[in-house]
Amino acid sequence: MSATQTLTPAMQRQRNARLRRNTLYLVLIAIALVAPFVAYPVFLMKVLCFALFACAFNLLLGYAGLLSFGHAAFLATGGYFTGIMLASYPGLTPELGILIGTLAAVVLGTFFGVLAIRRQGIYFAMVTLALAQLMFFFFIQAPFTGGEDGLHGVPRGELFGLISLSDNLSMYYFVLAVFVIGFAIIQRTVHSPYGQVLKAIRENEPRAVSLGYNVDAYKLVAFVLSAGLAGLAGSTKTVVFQLASLTDAHWHMSGEVILMTLLGGVGTLFGPLVGAGLVVSLQTQLAQSPLGNWVSVILGLIFVICVLSFRSGIVGEVQKMVRKNFK
Amino acid sequence: MTFNKKTLASSIALAAATLMASGVQAQMSDDEVRIGYLADMSGTYRDLAGPGGLEALMMAVEDFGGEVNGVPIDVFSADDRNSADVGANTVRGWFDEENVDLVAGMVASSVSIAVTKLLEENDGLGIISGSAASSITNEHCTPNHIHWVYDTYPLANGTAKAVVEQGGKTWFMLTADYAFGHALEGDVTKVVEENGGEIVDTIRHPFPTNDFSSYILQAQGSGADIIGLANAGSDTVNAITTASQFGVVQGGQQLAGLLIFLNDVHAMGLEDTQGLLLTTGWYWDMDDQAREWSERYYERTERMPTMVQAGIYSSTMHYLETVAEAGTDDPETIRAAMAERPVEDFFARNGYIREDGRMVHDMYLAQVKSPEESTGEWDLYDIQATIPAEEAYRPLSESQCDLVNN
Amino acid sequence: MTMIFGVPLAVFMGQLMLGLINGAFYALLSLGLAVIFGLLKIVNFAHGAQYMLGAFAALLGLQYLGLNYWVALLVVPLVVGGLGMLIERTLLRRIAHLDHLYGLLLTFGLALIFEGTLINFFGVSGSSYPTPTALEGGLNLGFMFLPTYRAWVLVAALVVCLGTWFIIERTRLGAYLRAGTENSALMQAFGVNVPLLITLTYGFGVALAAFAGVLAAPLYPVSPTMGSSLLIVVFAVVVIGGMGSILGAILTGLSMGLIEGLTKVYYPEAANTVIFLVMILVLLLRPSGLFGKEA
Repeated sequence: MSATQTLTPAMQRQRNARLRRNTLYLVLIAIALVAPFVAYPVFLMKVLCFALFACAFNLLLGYAGLLSFGHAAFLATGGYFTGIMLASYPGLTPELGILIGTLAAVVLGTFFGVLAIRRQGIYFAMVTLALAQLMFFFFIQAPFTGGEDGLHGVPRGELFGLISLSDNLSMYYFVLAVFVIGFAIIQRTVHSPYGQVLKAIRENEPRAVSLGYNVDAYKLVAFVLSAGLAGLAGSTKTVVFQLASLTDAHWHMSGEVILMTLLGGVGTLFGPLVGAGLVVSLQTQLAQSPLGNWVSVILGLIFVICVLSFRSGIVGEVQKMVRKNFK
Repeated sequence: MTFNKKTLASSIALAAATLMASGVQAQMSDDEVRIGYLADMSGTYRDLAGPGGLEALMMAVEDFGGEVNGVPIDVFSADDRNSADVGANTVRGWFDEENVDLVAGMVASSVSIAVTKLLEENDGLGIISGSAASSITNEHCTPNHIHWVYDTYPLANGTAKAVVEQGGKTWFMLTADYAFGHALEGDVTKVVEENGGEIVDTIRHPFPTNDFSSYILQAQGSGADIIGLANAGSDTVNAITTASQFGVVQGGQQLAGLLIFLNDVHAMGLEDTQGLLLTTGWYWDMDDQAREWSERYYERTERMPTMVQAGIYSSTMHYLETVAEAGTDDPETIRAAMAERPVEDFFARNGYIREDGRMVHDMYLAQVKSPEESTGEWDLYDIQATIPAEEAYRPLSESQCDLVNN
Repeated sequence: MTMIFGVPLAVFMGQLMLGLINGAFYALLSLGLAVIFGLLKIVNFAHGAQYMLGAFAALLGLQYLGLNYWVALLVVPLVVGGLGMLIERTLLRRIAHLDHLYGLLLTFGLALIFEGTLINFFGVSGSSYPTPTALEGGLNLGFMFLPTYRAWVLVAALVVCLGTWFIIERTRLGAYLRAGTENSALMQAFGVNVPLLITLTYGFGVALAAFAGVLAAPLYPVSPTMGSSLLIVVFAVVVIGGMGSILGAILTGLSMGLIEGLTKVYYPEAANTVIFLVMILVLLLRPSGLFGKEA
């Protein structure tokens, strides 16, 4: 029995696409594995944390069509919970701390989601913004967050109680693993039947409803998943930097993640990764250059240029170009 | 380039070897003294330190001749955007990739505390000039940093004590509702009560607040002699402006600002701020030495320096002199050697560095001039009294710092 | 002494008065946003920055050109509104056919540019703008001392709000505007120059923000960051009122000022947060805001 003969051209194309994608993943992972020997590992970890955050955000905006203006709340919740747990229970291993932070974000995400998903468009954005502002108020008031001083001295600890993470290199590989897991979850979700339904809802919600889908349930799952992954990013970031601060809870952070996603390409898998990498390097490099005082002006200009001339983002534009030239 | 560096390195190594041979230990890590300046360059605290602080630092380096014992001084800077992780990330990078010898500047307390943890971990040295939190040399003290210019303890104590002594017995506290405001409020309450005064009421307002009229009205209604402002930056500025509009001073009440800087008073103008009592670590017009330096600074920036900017120059100079004398930039050695040298310059009087890292020096009680008294744009304060270094800061007997109890 | 919830009546009245003044301010700012959203369907994230530009223009006009307060009150909204029209013509028009989200992002970028640029030139400490001589001093209302200038702000803001409402709801121009909101293609077919109408509307919304900025200049220190903290509060007001609803924006602005004012007395810590709480409650009960049409 020969398998190749039974393949239709469509199946063949699909198989080729999958092959290409898998090759791409392998190349990227190989690059990621050697990256810390070329670039500064702490910088790379920051990029990975924000990339995971942006990917989580993109799952909601790019695949469910929901613009959340309150995602900072999940990043901060993950960060603070992990930070508090690790700082107060020295025996706790970092992966458990991260798990607790992520769960906290999931719980919060469920609560936010139930309130917010019934609204659409601008109203959805505004409800999430308002809820995030309430969380900001909570974080500034709560005695255990350290207020505007922030939460400091979170130990990196030992992974599974065995591997010390105080070394930047081992920390980097742990963060990379977390990112790959988060990214895989998103990739699986997007390509699953569930992801197809999400896209259908994004394209035409009434049609999805009339096809018999429980649209609210689908959106809620997407929201909670996105919140949980954002929390995972926040938790991991706290372990890397050993601190959690109000910057993560501020609404400017919710704006920043939009910028990263938009710059990289909304609704593309790799867009948020590229966007996060660019924004973080811009901030780090510019802040230390003579142009340091102009960071926010430059970010503003990028926003404007992005919206005016390449709305599909960098990855989106590249995909377009590839499609145009190779088809 | 590489070749030059190599030659330079080897020639210095040779020189070092010669010095060693002659009994002097000379050792500069990577043949350069590398100073990183970290501050808010674009946000709320920009005018307090910011680019002006970097200018002061450069001035110190230039005045020192640009090199220490023949080794060049390299200065670089970064904007921390008032974010602890941006600040910590930057300094981590400076340690891992830039071999930074001294971290200077530092304003927002969250950034400073985050950086001190890194300094301890990496065995570095930092001089904090901009932050107010007294916890930096109390529960957060490390053997790797020095707090140079001021902290909330003398600000609250100096002002509150003077005000109570002048007859301001009943106080209404207007507190910014976060850890820093609470700490300031606590310090003031203690001093007021110890000196026979009373806190009649306290309002905690959100941070930041745009409109203070409601709080000012409540303060007026309380009938207290003094309205104490336990907040900072734009909150203080807004509160004072509003109080002036509502005729607080004409109504017989007085304001006591606990954390006010020269740039705040300059921004508000004397009309709104006249008569305000405050404590400062330094004032540009306080004597000839201060004036002479400030005029040089003014020529470069067209602004008179704040105490923080002056402190950055003073601390950098002290650091460089110590490095030159010790012949090394090893952080531990330098930290110890800096503490052995008294600090006496245009900025600090009777200054010395305590074991908790606090640089104690004379502080000053100042009153803001009225528009009639002022002779120029920057003629803003009238220095009324000196608070001796020994009394100004939190006594070591009350310290929670591990370095002290040992 | 009569007490209301543990507060003397006089103090209570005073707080209501101040709440009303702040409310008039919110009304003025959210009105501009509502007008812009109504016709352009753009969430104007640059509104806070445009308000700040108004205050700055007044300050610079006084310092460098000697323009007094009254001239500034007239000229500044025109100048900043003109800048707004330029932005609409050159930038917003290009993305008019796209999802509303892009308008929000573009104006957010513009706000960052305006603020960042001014910070680099003028710092963040801000400067004070003198109260115009005619409005110095205060009024004794019996229950409180009210600075004359604040009384003027209340009157001026209310007059402008009601004037705008009148123009939009009761005049021919307003009728075009409302019709343009409903169906701009049809209006175009009837021979109305819709693109011009859109440009003018955006300019008008921006001019309202700038007018509020000039009004605010003597009250608060004029600094590049003065608009950004106000922005999301004003958004919340517009959302509570119902996006695009003119009357909704005015009435909600006033009532949010009052609610915030009372919070400042009874639970001051939550004064910045209470509006968001109200917003969540309103959106749960009435998805399109208090005065909005069901979508």
